[in-house]
Amino acid sequence: MKTIVEVKNLVKKFPIGDGFFTALKGVNLIFTEGEFTGLVGPSGSGKTTLLNIIGTLDVPTDGDVIVLSKSVGNLSPKEAAQLRKEELGFIFQNYNLLPVYTVFENVEFPLLLLKMSAGERKQRVLETLEWVGLTDKVKSRPSQLSGGECQRVAIARAMVKRPRLVLADEPTANLDAANSHHILQTMEKLNRELKTTFIFATHDEKVIGYLHRIIRLADGKVVEDSSPLNSPKGDLKSESSQGTITNNNDLDSSPSGRLGGAL
Amino acid sequence: MTMIKMALRSLIGNGLKTWLNVFVLSFTFVLIIFMQGLLEGWNRQAVTDTVTWEIAGGQYWSQKYDPYDPFSIDSSAAVVPSSFRKEYDAHDIEPVLYAKGTIYPGGRMQGVLLKGIRPDQHLLALPTYLLKADGAEIPVIMGAHMAKQANLKVNDLVTLRWRDVNGTFEAVDIRVAGIFRTSVPTVDIGQIWLPLDELQKMTLQPNACTILITKPEIPIQQLSAWPFKDQTELTKQTAAMIQAKSKGYNVFYFIFLSMALIAIFDTQTLSIFRRQREIGTLVALGMTQKQVVSLFTLEGTMNALLAILVGTIWGLPIFVAFAVNGIHIPMDVSSFGVPMADKMFPYFTLKLVAGTISFIMVITALVSYWPAHKIARMKPTDAIRGKAL
Repeated sequence: MKTIVEVKNLVKKFPIGDGFFTALKGVNLIFTEGEFTGLVGPSGSGKTTLLNIIGTLDVPTDGDVIVLSKSVGNLSPKEAAQLRKEELGFIFQNYNLLPVYTVFENVEFPLLLLKMSAGERKQRVLETLEWVGLTDKVKSRPSQLSGGECQRVAIARAMVKRPRLVLADEPTANLDAANSHHILQTMEKLNRELKTTFIFATHDEKVIGYLHRIIRLADGKVVEDSSPLNSPKGDLKSESSQGTITNNNDLDSSPSGRLGGAL
Repeated sequence: MTMIKMALRSLIGNGLKTWLNVFVLSFTFVLIIFMQGLLEGWNRQAVTDTVTWEIAGGQYWSQKYDPYDPFSIDSSAAVVPSSFRKEYDAHDIEPVLYAKGTIYPGGRMQGVLLKGIRPDQHLLALPTYLLKADGAEIPVIMGAHMAKQANLKVNDLVTLRWRDVNGTFEAVDIRVAGIFRTSVPTVDIGQIWLPLDELQKMTLQPNACTILITKPEIPIQQLSAWPFKDQTELTKQTAAMIQAKSKGYNVFYFIFLSMALIAIFDTQTLSIFRRQREIGTLVALGMTQKQVVSLFTLEGTMNALLAILVGTIWGLPIFVAFAVNGIHIPMDVSSFGVPMADKMFPYFTLKLVAGTISFIMVITALVSYWPAHKIARMKPTDAIRGKAL
């Protein structure tokens, strides 16, 4: 499998008062294409910091992170923005949707930055909204949506440009169980169908159940890197199919079931 | 194009907030243009009225005449040059003789400037035909302000005392033949107009005058004893006085402009706090910091563009209405010492409108840029979490 991210002896320090707080202490990791991986650990373990550096939103203090063959530490702000614009997708805990934009406009935004034609943009946005089951909310504003719907819009926004890597920081932290499962199923489906690499930062047990690879961080260090053979996600899936998620949102019957065909 | 689309979406999406800003800014636009138009109109009107009532095509001044030296006025007259004979007979040039005098209205003593002019002159708007009146007393006319000061009415008699060219005091009763209303104080305040031949006789200065007023089309003669003053030179003082008074209005101009700019600045600065998560998101989605600055600057500038549009919609009919019908000035402004008519007509030039719009556009862009520039220095990771500031 092709390496998509390589973390080499990564150290990240933040100034606090007269001293420094070391958030990451020599982390070494390799992520390959198509992974569905989670950085798991308690608050302050360094998972979000690692995610931010992989996402080129922050820079290493020491060591290096190679994202899609580009060294994050050596990227100019413009090059980093270019990488984020073209290859990376972000999903945030608080959704971070643009409040004055409609659902359609929020999802369309990354394509505007890519200067895609209006026709192509429309087609892509509607197609992506179909994957996440939000075609009936095209004209709604984020304030008119539930938390689960907002996060689905955020996923659509992250996926609309077909990024090679999606970074999700606590994507289910603000969601109830039913919505969390639906969001995770959606992402897992996209990962499976589009071969998009997903890296999560989470301490949510529901998310952990879906992960194909779990990297446990504690005190800025990797303490466990495992690939669970018997993921509990099957059980969670059965839970969601027992009626917790409405039929409209059921991936098997939703248009996202036709994901492969659409691509 | 993408930036414009994004900025426009934000503006529309901000709804009422945008429209409040736009209205405040449009109010400023309209008010500034209106006030400047009013000053411009006043300036033009003052110059026009001064020309109509006092200057005509220009003036030849006797070499000895110094308007700033009241002691030399009585001895400043000279005989009308023979080279003006033809124009003099055709009333294309009008001599005016100045002399000092004193009137005694109601037992009070009041110094006046006597101005002798031919009753059948047609170069100035003064109602000098009233000086043709028959009677034992010398007929005089005066402006409404002078009449009010001296408490005189039409047909009132008042004693006038003056000195002839030899310094001998004389006195006679004069009769108020007419009182005229004018916006030009320099033909009104402290002045009495009487027939030229009477004043020449009274001061023992036959054929003499202090200034010669010309018709506009008359070719100018270069005479060393009678230097010519054109309209520009003679209205320079009026323009300077209006300019000095307009400085007071500029205070209001800047207050209103500041109000509008504070509104925009406030909105943009508040945006840093309110929209920092949005800004972090924009950066995460692939916008460069430069693009974020551009976007927010553009958004602020678009406020100004929208304000121009809105201001044009509601301001244009007001401008047209006032420019056509004028504005009545209810107070007595004659004491201002500057020509000001009862009705003022604002005058809007393309230069004024375009200049004001450009100025506000630039200022708006600047006050939008400053907070946007601050945004650009945020750490994206902090901005995304909404804790950058």
